[in-house]
Amino acid sequence: MAKYKGINQLSGLDRVVVGLMVVVPTLLVVWLVWAPAIGSVLLSFTNWDGVGPISDAKFIGIQNYRDVVSIYPPFWPAVQHNLIWLAVMFLVATPFGMFLAVLLDRELRGTRVYQTAIYLPVVLSLALVGFIWQLIYSRDQGLINQVTGSTIDWYGDPRYNLWAALVASSWRHVGYVMLLYLAGLKGVDPSLREAAKVDGANERTTFFKVVFPVMAPINIIVLVITVIESLRAFDLAWVINKGRNGLELLGTLVTSNVVGEASRIGFGSAIATIMLVLSSFFVALYIRYIMREQQ
Amino acid sequence: MTATAHQANDAPRQVSTRNPVTARRTSSGRRSRRGRLAVQGFLALVAVLWIFPVGYAVLASFRDYSYTAQHGYLSFGGFTLQNYKDAWAQANFSQTMVNSAIVTIPAVALTLFLSCCVAFVVARFSFKFNLALLGLFTAANLLPPQALLIPVYRMFRSIEVPFWFSESGTLLNSYWGLIAVNVAFQTGFCAFVLSNYMKALPRELYESAVVDGAGVLRQFFQLTLPLCRPALAALATLEVTWIYNEFFWATVLLQSGDKYPVTSSLNNLRGEFFTDNNLVAAGSVVIALPTLIVFFVLQKQFVAGLTLGATKG
Repeated sequence: MAKYKGINQLSGLDRVVVGLMVVVPTLLVVWLVWAPAIGSVLLSFTNWDGVGPISDAKFIGIQNYRDVVSIYPPFWPAVQHNLIWLAVMFLVATPFGMFLAVLLDRELRGTRVYQTAIYLPVVLSLALVGFIWQLIYSRDQGLINQVTGSTIDWYGDPRYNLWAALVASSWRHVGYVMLLYLAGLKGVDPSLREAAKVDGANERTTFFKVVFPVMAPINIIVLVITVIESLRAFDLAWVINKGRNGLELLGTLVTSNVVGEASRIGFGSAIATIMLVLSSFFVALYIRYIMREQQ
Repeated sequence: MTATAHQANDAPRQVSTRNPVTARRTSSGRRSRRGRLAVQGFLALVAVLWIFPVGYAVLASFRDYSYTAQHGYLSFGGFTLQNYKDAWAQANFSQTMVNSAIVTIPAVALTLFLSCCVAFVVARFSFKFNLALLGLFTAANLLPPQALLIPVYRMFRSIEVPFWFSESGTLLNSYWGLIAVNVAFQTGFCAFVLSNYMKALPRELYESAVVDGAGVLRQFFQLTLPLCRPALAALATLEVTWIYNEFFWATVLLQSGDKYPVTSSLNNLRGEFFTDNNLVAAGSVVIALPTLIVFFVLQKQFVAGLTLGATKG
């Protein structure tokens, strides 16, 4: 490829155009994503109640964090629910989606039909998923209770509702992972498998020793998506019962602290910052990975 | 992948199972055939299980409430279209569908345009900040929205805009605020996908364009964008689905019910004390309809958009 001088050939007008092309989208993202992210962190160290002007806010150190972990009852349940959510997605839904992708990749008859059926939930919003499963979970009219005769309120009873939500959420997540993983499998060089086959490896060995390692890029993406989606698991809990009574999640706590009657800004920001810190670890992992790929 | 290899192996196997003389090969052939059948059976079962909740919702949406209340859902009969009529009125779909379009169409158009701009600069030039810029956008796409809620909410509430721009007088409770947030969040993913796509375009194209005296604008609009059409179609499909499905920002940033887009107006179908599930089912089907159309008609685009990002073009 010929050496191309790029920027050197830009005229004055071109420079302005290129500048605008970068600056406008960047300003938007900085304004609505990065500045708020920093804002959340800063506010979490203040006692701003959100009523008076922001100049009244005082720096109070880590008092909000101390309060969150010690005197705010829903906090630890929310952490626990988020962790359970992550664990179920990571240990059950994601591996199952991968497993389905491996089976579908064998291109048996009807593969396309199965594939289509399994990824159907992916086009539905998580909020809608909550409503669709209500038809199955509802106490008086739900399918489960109609069939089994039980009277459990699957969405209402704090002993069960987290698990009911997890089933609904997994239903969607499995299809998502299956789709991503299947695309990755299609990209694996067929000669690798052929070679493994010639060496006498069976399908399982081939997958774990040959295919899985070369799928490292997809594995990372699936891992990151699983974590990020679990932290974002807000919509479902919100449509079920606004994240109360057994369905507390970090995301719903932040939201109810802001839009509810009691607006406790500093306090809510502390929870938001905890969320940010948790997710930034995985975001960094992902960014570092794609940056290496780009170079 | 190994489709051809499979077929090559299958052909003799199928012959051998029919031929009792080659007994040794028959047994192994039968075993692998049984294995295949087991896999097929399993996949069919999973597929049915996965379709079931949607199918059940569709079925329930056509049934009369008093009939199912009396006979239970395992009965047969009581079919009606009334739920759709009621759901349409109760959830105010003729309004919320329009609201969804007001938010989704500009948001998708802006997202694609802005991400094309970023991707073009990143892919076409080799500035030092390119990589950092891409990181800035991609990471923004991954942060949990709830963690940014407080500053965005307060900021929108305090930004005053003229009344012709938003009836509420602030960015809160205005469509433009919601559109801006959606664009800011989605640009990262699209910019990332598009920059990979644009990097794959041959550089010689730009060279001859420059020789012909085409400025950056002409290169962008007449060379790069037309070549990116497949990627743009895939991303447009995906983004329409995602922004139409977006629930969180619409719920918290729009406060009057008459402004809610479809996805956030679902709650109108639930009564305070009593919920008619068949009505909920009908409403859910209506809400799912646009995305189901995407699913059935634009399936290829949707899948391409989703996997384009994951498999790096």
